[in-house]
Amino acid sequence: MSTAVTQQREPSGAPADLSSRRLTERVFRIRESGIIAVLVVFVAVTTIIEPRFLSQQNIHFVLINTTIFALLAVGETMVVVSRNVDLSVGSVVGLSAFLSARLFSQVHGIPIPLVFLAGLGIGLACGVANGLMVAIGRVPSLVVTLATLYVIRGIDILIVGGGVVDASSLPSGFVNIAQAGVLGVPYLAIAVAVVVAAAAYYLRCYRSGRELYAIGSNPEGARLAGIAVGRRVFTAFAASGALAGLAGVLWAAEYQTIDSTAGTGYELTVIAAVVVGGVAIFGGSGSVVGAAIGALLLQTISSALNVLGISGYWDEAIAGFLLLLAITLDRVIAVRLVAALRRRSSRGTA
Amino acid sequence: MSRAAESDGAPARGSGAQPGPSHDTAPRREPPHGGPEHGGTAAPMLTLRHAAKAFGAVRAVTDASLDLFGGEAHALVGENGAGKSTLVKVLAGVYQLDDGELLIDGRDVKLPSPAAAIAAGIAVIYQEPTVFPDLTVAENIFMGRQPLRSGRRIDARSMRVQATALFGRLGVPLDPDRICRGLSIADQQIVEIAKALSLDARIIVMDEPTAALSAVEVARLFDVVTALRTGGAAVLFISHRLEEVFEICQRVTVMRDGRQVLTSPVAGLTADDLVRAMVGRQMEVRSAGQQGTPGEAVLQVDRLTREGVFTDISFQVRAGEVVAFAGLVGSGRTEVGRAVFGIDRYDAGSVTVSGRPLRKGSPPAAMAAGVGFVPEDRRQQGLVMEMSIQQNIALASLGRLRRLGLISAASERAMASDWAARLKLKYGRLTDPVAQLSGGNQQKVVLAKWLERKPALLIVDEPTRGIDIATKAEVHSLLLNLARQGVAVLVISSELPEVLYLGDRILVMHEGRLAAQILRADATEEAIMSAATGQLQAQAS
Repeated sequence: MSTAVTQQREPSGAPADLSSRRLTERVFRIRESGIIAVLVVFVAVTTIIEPRFLSQQNIHFVLINTTIFALLAVGETMVVVSRNVDLSVGSVVGLSAFLSARLFSQVHGIPIPLVFLAGLGIGLACGVANGLMVAIGRVPSLVVTLATLYVIRGIDILIVGGGVVDASSLPSGFVNIAQAGVLGVPYLAIAVAVVVAAAAYYLRCYRSGRELYAIGSNPEGARLAGIAVGRRVFTAFAASGALAGLAGVLWAAEYQTIDSTAGTGYELTVIAAVVVGGVAIFGGSGSVVGAAIGALLLQTISSALNVLGISGYWDEAIAGFLLLLAITLDRVIAVRLVAALRRRSSRGTA
Repeated sequence: MSRAAESDGAPARGSGAQPGPSHDTAPRREPPHGGPEHGGTAAPMLTLRHAAKAFGAVRAVTDASLDLFGGEAHALVGENGAGKSTLVKVLAGVYQLDDGELLIDGRDVKLPSPAAAIAAGIAVIYQEPTVFPDLTVAENIFMGRQPLRSGRRIDARSMRVQATALFGRLGVPLDPDRICRGLSIADQQIVEIAKALSLDARIIVMDEPTAALSAVEVARLFDVVTALRTGGAAVLFISHRLEEVFEICQRVTVMRDGRQVLTSPVAGLTADDLVRAMVGRQMEVRSAGQQGTPGEAVLQVDRLTREGVFTDISFQVRAGEVVAFAGLVGSGRTEVGRAVFGIDRYDAGSVTVSGRPLRKGSPPAAMAAGVGFVPEDRRQQGLVMEMSIQQNIALASLGRLRRLGLISAASERAMASDWAARLKLKYGRLTDPVAQLSGGNQQKVVLAKWLERKPALLIVDEPTRGIDIATKAEVHSLLLNLARQGVAVLVISSELPEVLYLGDRILVMHEGRLAAQILRADATEEAIMSAATGQLQAQAS
């Protein structure tokens, strides 16, 4: 309760401003440091019970499993931040994984980078289709991408039929991509970390990146502010598609046996990772770094359960619980933050 | 780029202002320069000629002409539905004219998008500001135009410095690094105005900027408007509060039914002149004799306290009586109303309705006890915007419309058309979404919803916010009629004329406490304001 006496709005001087700034910064730091803390605690507890958890082999395993989801989480974050959702990423992973892996048997001696480009192109095409329907057709993204989830998976099934691409048809250079690394850290994880960092920098430091946040924060306001809402949202979907295409190639390299079910259900895991990572599901705030750490956390949990000999069936229940926790935390922080800011400014006015 | 070139012209035009005879009530007011009556010495910054805009069969604007000169604050008034909002959206680049011309600096322009309007130097500040709540104040100001450093990256430091400088110019210290969520509406408007300044906007359109502001915030806004104007900008000021027109505007344009019916210097006009031009008749004044003798206490509130919000609130509302709650925004008026109805909890005290204690925190219990509640924000809380007019009217009475568990569409329709006729609702079809109605008619729908329940006590929060004058008068007489029929009415309002017009007794809140109780006979604006600002606390109770 403020002890205010006069109603006059006096210039809220530097002290109030500074303290409210510190408060804001603190809360925002907490947003990512919270999930990092959960991750650290989880790793520590698991390691105490079972030291094998921190073996080079297991770290490699967790990181390599994380790469695909982290990559998908980057694209999904760009979409979610703009108050949209991309449910088609799992199907895109499947399609891209099969088509790009098949290239090795179709075109002998095809350079591996070209296969990655092909996967990226396939994903981009899917993302462009999503983006056009959302941005120009003005159809809610939930509906559009739910439809393309099935359409793309359907195309995948049509192409694959009962067929499978297996490791024997893949060149050893491609198969080894997922194995190579330094000190248990796969090169792939480093490459994905670079992508995450680049995306984070883009979203933070470039106008078009900030505009995605503005759109998610207040779509109508963004339009009135003269932001090219359609173009930005389109770009986010195209990026999400392209990254999902890339993730598909990684999927092929990691699992090496690709049938028509590759990547099934990934969309929900990715959205879970994004939300656990502190991205607001209704847009406007959150970071790709948080989302990538969210992906890492989910994979760490799944691996920890495995190492501890707990049934994998717990995996999804725990992921779901984390999701609830993340959303609750998000709400509590938001409410607290608003209340704190109100108190500050009312103290400023008093 | 083109904006920079245009803004170069602004100071030169602004310096052309000539001093003239000043008006007695507002010493800081300067006369407009230019204007038709001055023989067109300066060219207008913006001209609308015979503008027309229709939506399907509805002709929102049929013939509007307007000249805006640099250095003037020009009021645009008219009832809801007169076409003001449409004109605002035309200037904002949201709507395009069907017919007529829009000239800026004498050149014919088209504003196909909000971006084009911004580029043309027009900034619109909406009644409900369109900030990005998750972004910082500085980002809100510079969104899409952030200062850049090498590699087209955003220069966050320069952005912060520029934002601080803008707030310095406006004389309002806001922290550029805080996020906008939680800012008061007044502060959000300041952010929007800072944005307009940063754009070098020369034409600033304010759509009912004061509707949600407290008196102190209004004064601060007016200082800013005056500063903008003396800086050479043209301000188009839309308001329902005529006293504001007289306080800060030099010229006024009145619209009625999509037409411009009057453009004149403000000096020499009276509020009655404006009202007559707007509605074609005079506003009624409530005669003392309309009031009956109040009966038994319907609502009895004892020592109601919610920590940090309001403290020790006791009052009663008797049958046939209108009690008006006044106070500054944030004084706790609305919160008391919400606590009585059970939307918010309270920590201590009791609420009794018709002699029986009311369970706290339960709107259904309050409804069962015969309490109706018309909330402040009708679009968010009072109506389901996507549902039809008749469904909204029936919403609080579904129990009675039920036959074998199903809602009878025929009786719903009958109920709705009965109320529509009684409240003179202006609508297309009863099955139209309520979102299509004007603000005043939406409010009538909310009232109908509650009146159908035949409440013993009706709590009405800001009954006429954003409603045009004619409908306002209808809502007022409706509330007075209810009281005459024996309903206890509790009106919460930030408009003093409304409080004075409606209240048999006026309770004034200040910082969560009842500061004064003023009887109708003794009520003046001055008495209410001094209690609301805490100057009467010693004498109160």
